This record gives sequence, C-alpha cells and structure tokens, in this order.
Amino acid sequence: MSDLIYSLSWAQPELWLAGFALAGALVGAWVKDRGAGLLSGAGCLVLIVAGVLAFQFQPRTAQTLFGGALVIDAYAGVAKALIALSAAATLWLGADHFRRTNEQRFELPVLTVLAVLGMFIMASANDLITLYVGVELQSLAAYVLAAWRRDDAKSSEAGLKYFVLGAISSGLLLFGASYIYGFTGSLRFADIAAAAPAGGVGVTFGLVLLLCGLAFKVSAAPFHMWTPDVYEGAPTPITAFFAAAPKLAALVLIGRVLYGPFAELTPQWGQVIAALAALSMAVGAVAALLQTNLKRLMAYSSIANMGFALMPLASGDPAGLTAALLYMAIYLPTTIGVFALIVALRRDGRAAEEIDDLAGLAARRPFMAALFTILMFSLAGIPPLAGFWGKWVVFMAAVRGELVWLAIVGGIAAVIAAAYYLRVLAAIWFKPGGAALQAPSATAMTVAFIGAALSFPILVLALGWLERVANTAVGASF
Amino acid sequence: MLAAIAFYAMAATAIVSAFAVISARNPVHSVLFLILTFFSAAGLFVLMGAEFLAMLLVVVYVGAVAVLFLFVVMMLDVDFVELRQGFLNYLPVGALVALALFAELGLVASAAGQAGAGRAALSLGGPGEVTNAEAIGRVLYTDYLLVFQLAGLILFVAMLGAIVLTLRHRPGVKRQDIAKQVGRRRSEGVELKDVRPGQGIV
Amino acid sequence: MSYLTEYLPILIFIAVAAALGVGFMLAAWVLAPSNPDPEKVSAYECGFNAFDDARMKFDVRFYLVSILFIIFDLEVAFLFPLTLSLDDVGVFGFWSVMAFLGVLTVGFVYEWKKGALEWE
Repeated sequence: MSDLIYSLSWAQPELWLAGFALAGALVGAWVKDRGAGLLSGAGCLVLIVAGVLAFQFQPRTAQTLFGGALVIDAYAGVAKALIALSAAATLWLGADHFRRTNEQRFELPVLTVLAVLGMFIMASANDLITLYVGVELQSLAAYVLAAWRRDDAKSSEAGLKYFVLGAISSGLLLFGASYIYGFTGSLRFADIAAAAPAGGVGVTFGLVLLLCGLAFKVSAAPFHMWTPDVYEGAPTPITAFFAAAPKLAALVLIGRVLYGPFAELTPQWGQVIAALAALSMAVGAVAALLQTNLKRLMAYSSIANMGFALMPLASGDPAGLTAALLYMAIYLPTTIGVFALIVALRRDGRAAEEIDDLAGLAARRPFMAALFTILMFSLAGIPPLAGFWGKWVVFMAAVRGELVWLAIVGGIAAVIAAAYYLRVLAAIWFKPGGAALQAPSATAMTVAFIGAALSFPILVLALGWLERVANTAVGASF
Repeated sequence: MLAAIAFYAMAATAIVSAFAVISARNPVHSVLFLILTFFSAAGLFVLMGAEFLAMLLVVVYVGAVAVLFLFVVMMLDVDFVELRQGFLNYLPVGALVALALFAELGLVASAAGQAGAGRAALSLGGPGEVTNAEAIGRVLYTDYLLVFQLAGLILFVAMLGAIVLTLRHRPGVKRQDIAKQVGRRRSEGVELKDVRPGQGIV
Repeated sequence: MSYLTEYLPILIFIAVAAALGVGFMLAAWVLAPSNPDPEKVSAYECGFNAFDDARMKFDVRFYLVSILFIIFDLEVAFLFPLTLSLDDVGVFGFWSVMAFLGVLTVGFVYEWKKGALEWE
C-alpha cells in the first residue's frame, strides 16, 4: 500500500495524462465536437504540464515503482519532456488544421494524450511486460490517428497498413520477449541483466527479435516499408506527430533495453544496430531522391535520420546514447517545423504536397520560403545550423566508438541526402509560377517559426546546456 | 501415454488446419480452419498445464474474435480469387522468411538443452497446489497493478478507436425517446376541427 | 500430470464428436447414390441463373457492435481470476479491479453518449 502511494507520487506525469484522457472522453461525449478546440487546448496544456513535471522532478537516483515495473530516472525524465513537448506542438498544429478543414473531433486530443501516455511508459519501462504494454498503447492510438480521415481512401489505407505491419512487429517483439523470458527466467530488466550473459544463443535470438520489433517502431531499414505510405496517407499534422514523439520514444526504449539488461551482450547487438543504422541511412538517402511528394520525401528523410540516431548506439558506449539523445533533441523541432510548413501550404483550397507545388514560393511568400530554407539546411546538416551540430555529435561518437566504416557510410548518406533537401529549396527559390497560395494558418506558421528558431540559433547557443543535460541523464541512469 | 497421443493429435491438427487457413479457396473455410487451429492450440495449452489460458483462448478467440473475422470476411465484397493471384509471386520470399524462422527455432531448440538459466522460475505451479486462474489472480491485481490498469486503458483506446473510425449517424432517423413520448399532452396531439356540413376540412 | 485425467472426459467427447462427424460424411460419400449430369448440378434458382454472389456487403454497424462486444468480453476475461483470489488480494485487489472497471465505465458512458449502442 505504501509502495502504491510512493509510486503514484512519482508517476504524477502519467496520472495527469491518464486523467485527462478519461475526463476528456467524458466531457467530449457531452459537449460533442463543439468542445474540440477547448479540449485540444487543454490537451496541449496537460502535455506541457506532464513534460515539465517529468523533467523538473527527477529523482537523484533511479526509483523503481509499482513493484519494479516502472523506473523513474533522469534519462526517462529528459525523454518524457521531449516527447510531451513535441506531441503538444503537433496537437496544437492538428487542432488548428482540422478546425480549418472543418473536420474537428474531440477524440484527437484524447487519443494523442493516450499515445503519449504509452510513450511515457515506454521511456520508463523496467520489465518486458511494461515495455510491451507501453508500445501497444502508443501504437494502438497511432493506428487510429493514421486513419483519422476515414472517408479518404489514402488515410484508411495508411491506417490499415500501419495496423497490419505494426501487428507483425508487435508479434516479433513478443516472440523475442518470450525467448528472453524463457532463457533468463525473468521479466525484470535487472534480473535479465544478471542472467543474460549465461543465456547463450536463446537470449541472443530473443534480443534480435525484440530489436526487430522495436526497429519497426523507429522505422529503421529494413523495417521501414510502412513509413512512406503512412506518412503520405495520414493527415499532415498527424504525420508530424508520427515523425516526432513516437520515434524518440522507441529510440529511448531501444537505448534502455540495450544499455540496461543487455549491456553485457554488446558484441552481439552492436552489429545488429550497426546494420540497421547503415541500411537506414542508405535507404533513406537513396530512395528519397526519387520522390516527388513532400510527405514521402520527409518519410525517407526520417528513415535516414533514424539511421543517424542509431549510429552512435552501435558502439555500446554510454557516450553513444548521449549523442543519440542529443541528435533527437535537435532533429525533433526541425522535422515538426517542416511538417508545420507543409500544413500551412495550401493552394486553391487543397493541400500542396508535391515538390512542384512549391514553385514560386519565394516570390509570393518570402517569409515562408526563408523558414523552409533554414529548416532544410538544418536537416541537410549545413553549418552553422543545429542540424550540423547534431550530425557532428553522432559522427564523433561513432568514430570514438571505433565505427569508422559506419561514420563513412553516414557521411556518404548525408551528402546524398543534402541533394534532395537542396532540390526542395531549388523548387522554392528558382522555379517560377504556380497557382496562388492561400494565406497560411497563423498557428502553423508559429510552430514552423519556433522550429526554425530552435534550429538556428537557439539550440546552437544552448548546445552546451543540452549536452550537459543529456550527459547527466545518461550518466545517472546507466 | 494418453497425453502423448493427445499432444500429437492436437499438434498435427493445429499445423494442418493452420496450413488450410492460408490455402483454402473459400475465405469462410479459412476462418473455420482458423477456429480449429485456435481450438487445437487451446488443447495444447491444457496439456502444458495452462488451463486458464486454454479457456481464454476458447472464450475470447474462438467465441469472439473468430466470429468477428467471419463478419469481416462476409462484409468485404472482394473477389477473393483475384486477390489470390499474387500469392505465387510472394511465395519464394515468404518461403525464405519461413525457412529463416524454422532455422531459428531449430537453433534455439538445440540451445534450450544446454542453457539452464532460469529453469526454476519457469516451472508452473504443480498439481495439488493452486489452480492457474487463482495463481494469476493472486498477482494480477496487486503485483502487476500497473500493467493491469494499462491494459484497461488499451481497451479504452480500442473503444475510442472503433467508434471514431466506424460510427456515423444517418440524418433524419426517427429514434424512440420515451420521455418525450410519455410526456406528450393531449393538447399537442389532438386538435378539434369544427367541420361544417358539405365543406370538408380545409 | 494427474490433473490431466480430469480432462479425459472432454478428450473422449472430442474424439466421439469427431468420429461421428467424419463417419457421417464418409457414409454419405460412400453409400449415397451419386450420378451427376450437367443439368442436375447446374444452378437452379426459380428458373434463373444466380444473379450474383451470395456474399454481400454488410453494414459496418454490425462490425461496430461486435467489436464493442469483444472489448467487454476481454474485460470480463480479466475479471475471471478475481472470483478465485478475492480472499488473497483483499481490499487492495478489490479497489484495483474497481479502478480497472472505472476506466471501462468511462468508455461505456462515452459509447452510450455517442449513440454507438443505438440501432438506427
């Protein structure tokens, strides 16, 4: 009983989210979709509160809650703050977008918050069941969100594809977890850590299967097949949500699993992560060259970026985890900013999602074009923007981890990737003409502006602070 | 002896009917074979001592999920013959994946003999002790409180999702509203007209 | 393995049921006279060929009802063990189950207010 009260006091961010989801569903059922705007605002607020709480009230040493099912530490705190803030930004974007297209429904904030609750659980998971339940809570809400525009064939297809492939990945994850349980005799990470080195080939197989399932969630190649279709089909603000928070949550979970219970097995999983990273970077860079749709291009860009984020993990050195966390912290605002611009871009009452639709943007909307330029340069990793420092950090970590070949693959991929980011910019600045643009939504522009401002110069100036935070977070937890 | 016979019979049924699920021409037959697969799996669970799981498999999967599958199969107005055309194209890739999984299973099975770690923790409560369901009940609501409540939230998401994605209201449907019906007064429903002879009601 | 003997009647029951089912099918196949010709096996539906497949689109509402049923079915599955272990888990376990039911009650109220349980 006292354990419960103690646990609940540490799990306040999660309680806020769960409470909002339940209250939101009840309130929404009564006031109907009229209250969607209000509930979305409240949802953003609750997300921010949960994120700040998680970041502000970190225990000095890791605390295990609920009889060891959950762990609260600095690593989880940082991850939760990033997850909650990026989810709040995309929820704000979504609420505004659906109000404009007259499709607002109050379930949007409720489902988003439930998905974020799943991610919080993922970030704090301390045993295999908690891990699975967190992943499932997050994914289930995401499947529904992908099919949000249910009368639109592409959105339904996105939801169905995401669901079927996601179910397969959950199956792989469970299969792997059952092996790990079978060969180590425990579900708790601490006990697994003790038994894993003696577990032999069975544990290795379990771990690889578990990693396959999680690689699906971060959309690392070769488990990336769902990404372009889901990104293209889902409504753009929801794509923005998919591109940000769940990716970080899954990456944080991978970090926790690898550096926690399987820290002793680095030689085994190191090569798996290196292969995932190399393939993701290569596939993301090359396939994006052929895309004409902006959202598909961003999908491949996110595959490549997840490759960059996975790269430093392959060394098995805690510094690699710090680098990955730092990279994601820089990547999230940039990618949300780009998606906010895609949301804002409308021509003749329809969404402009093709690269050709960007023609003449510089002449008609110079401010938008400037934001696009900053964000694309940051994604491409052009100095002195934040994206460059993110890449710098992961490359340095890879080199220090004696993974020079991986760093070289990453370098080549980054150069190829720069080509397609520049192609987008060329369409913006040098292609003439194009139909008239609608006035962009103020909310979307604000989100894009914040994203761009964070890319340059805020995060560049705060880089030292950010690195310290990531360093202490990883240092205190692993 | 009898247990061994039951095991082989049910394992064989499970495998054969699982294969029939993907090879049956008629999708309704596929679903029926799926039910048979679930049922055999439930039998295998019983043999392993997991009675509660076996009964859940029958109640939830055979009783509910398979029925939903039947619904879906009937609801889809798709030409399944046409849908199957691609089957052969994907067969080599599928076979490759299956081969990899089999190899993996074999390797792990061989490894299972050597690794002794965690053996003790895995043994189920033996006969004469508590039943499965009771053993689960003792820990599910207390030790696994967090996961239990999260499972409730997952079911909650499923409810929201099902309604968000499929519920639509038709306009102009008359619903029963008992309060309104009972609360109706004579003055609202009846109007007396003075009809003059030979003129009719205007 | 002694507890398995409790399942022996069920095993026998399954065997008898399977044998009966297969037996009747075999008997019909072996014993019944079968002498097909094209006229006999062709479709006959009040003198017309069948217009279309017997399978047709169901209304999606059937699906909604059945999926809501499955959710509550699963919820009940979570409650079965409580019947046996309430003595052990005590007040704590009871309130834990109440919280679980509370979440699903919120879902139920939501369904009700949304009109998902009404058949139009």
